[in-house]
Amino acid sequence: MLVFLGRRILQTIPVVWGVGTMVFLLLHIVPGDPVEIMLGENALPANKEALRAQLNLDKPLGVQYAIFWKGVLTGDLGSSFVSKRPVSALIAERFPLTLQLAASALAWALLLSIPLGVLAAALRDGIFDRLVLGFSILGAAMPNFWLGPLLMLFFSVHLGWFPVTGRDGPSNYILPSITLGLGLACVLTRMVRTTMAEVLRQDYMTTARSKGLDWAPLYLKHALKNALIPVITILGLNLASLLAGAVITETIFDWGGLGELVYRGIQSRDFPVVQGCVLMIAATYVAANTLADIAYTYANPRVEVG
Amino acid sequence: MRGKAQLRLGAVIVGAVALLGIFAPWLAPYDPLTISLSEELCRPGRLHWLGCDSNGADVLSILLYGARVSLEVGVVVTSISVFVGLMVGSVAGYFGGWRDAVLMRVLDMIFAFPGTILAIALAAALGPSKGNLVLCLSLTGWAGYARLVRGEVQVVRQMEFVEAARALGVGVPRIFMFHLWPNIVSPLLVTATFGVAGTILAEASLSFLGIGVPPGTPSWGQLLVFGKDVLLEAPHVATFPGIAIVITVVGFHMLGEGLRRKLDPKS
Repeated sequence: MLVFLGRRILQTIPVVWGVGTMVFLLLHIVPGDPVEIMLGENALPANKEALRAQLNLDKPLGVQYAIFWKGVLTGDLGSSFVSKRPVSALIAERFPLTLQLAASALAWALLLSIPLGVLAAALRDGIFDRLVLGFSILGAAMPNFWLGPLLMLFFSVHLGWFPVTGRDGPSNYILPSITLGLGLACVLTRMVRTTMAEVLRQDYMTTARSKGLDWAPLYLKHALKNALIPVITILGLNLASLLAGAVITETIFDWGGLGELVYRGIQSRDFPVVQGCVLMIAATYVAANTLADIAYTYANPRVEVG
Repeated sequence: MRGKAQLRLGAVIVGAVALLGIFAPWLAPYDPLTISLSEELCRPGRLHWLGCDSNGADVLSILLYGARVSLEVGVVVTSISVFVGLMVGSVAGYFGGWRDAVLMRVLDMIFAFPGTILAIALAAALGPSKGNLVLCLSLTGWAGYARLVRGEVQVVRQMEFVEAARALGVGVPRIFMFHLWPNIVSPLLVTATFGVAGTILAEASLSFLGIGVPPGTPSWGQLLVFGKDVLLEAPHVATFPGIAIVITVVGFHMLGEGLRRKLDPKS
């Protein structure tokens, strides 16, 4: 198991390297000069040169690449071109907010999708199953940039139940996390339903039923445990949509997390901020997928370790 | 039976949206780009069935022309992604060895990168245009198909008819075209149908962030942005494009689900 863990963790190194390189290249090969954007087109050439030197933009690409990685490894991600503050400080400030939003979205998505999926599978092809399926298709098709404003209009403006934007208390979390989590909840519900239905068809379930086992241990212990194994992998993979959805959700609700930071950084061509944020998001995603993989192996004794 | 009904309904929805988009110039009651300030945000009524946006442009006409953009981008991006994924996945799955190892690590990197974040970063850097949009979404879209094709090819490769063909000295391109690909077409078709739905959503998201199609192109995502800003005075502006997106995406989902049930005898 230890060897497996070690190897699995080592495997993430080239992935993180590749992601970092992609981020670095992406923002350097595209048109647009950040110095001109910062100082304006009519700035004195001397000032431009000075700033270029200060930001290392006058060095060859290879040297900039080396400086970029040295910074990443020592936790120094440079300073924002716009606010002049260290990127690592900005990320440290904003990242917990995004994590909180993503975690609350994930939590309600799981709390809703597992019971719904299990019930739908147990009542397969009945009215409840069809309703759940219909809603999950509709929910997955609902773009979060549409759902967010609609929820805001109805619950915040018309009914006044929740604050429109901001982050003052628990009630602020409800609409953004519904907006962010609905798609995931729908995908998970269908996934749980499918895997659960498959497990329920297995021979050992028939055996357990014929032994006269009660429904609770039958469904919860025998079936659900096995049905949730593939869900772990899907969960890891869908984290990407959660993090990407955060960019839009945060923009709608003025959340002020990492997603919003990326969006603003892109608009002002704030290279270091975008690089830092994207690297942080990708690292989180790689870490989550590695954890999902390890959890999957742990939960599923059929996967060979080694 | 349910699969059949789903397939039919999905095909009807997708077909209707496609026809409405194709015949938009004849069907649209107004020019979607006409600015008519006297009709700014007018309510749905006899003259403008779905009302007007903040420029006084007819919402119904924008929706009809927007269907073109959404479907065009969705279909073009999916076709490019499927093609690239088919090539890469076939090579990785058929040859295995170092080719597989290298390609799989590249895939891991792309999967490690939240696709939408990459598309957002790229689209923002390149600027809004339909070509850039297609490029960004295709660059992130092919990896899923490559992984699917690789898995399927690995299975088919070991079947006797492929081995027989190999033993007879059939060349690799012929093996791909006549022995491997016909056997993986069904799962690919199903995934691609879902893929079009995903691409339509992604296109609308990027347009919503202002980095999708260029300003002045009638598109559902852009109409939603206008609508979001006037949500209180004129909720109809944001409502209709949202409904159009949901109906289209659901249509593709039903089509995909119906195809899956039809083509996959196991389910």
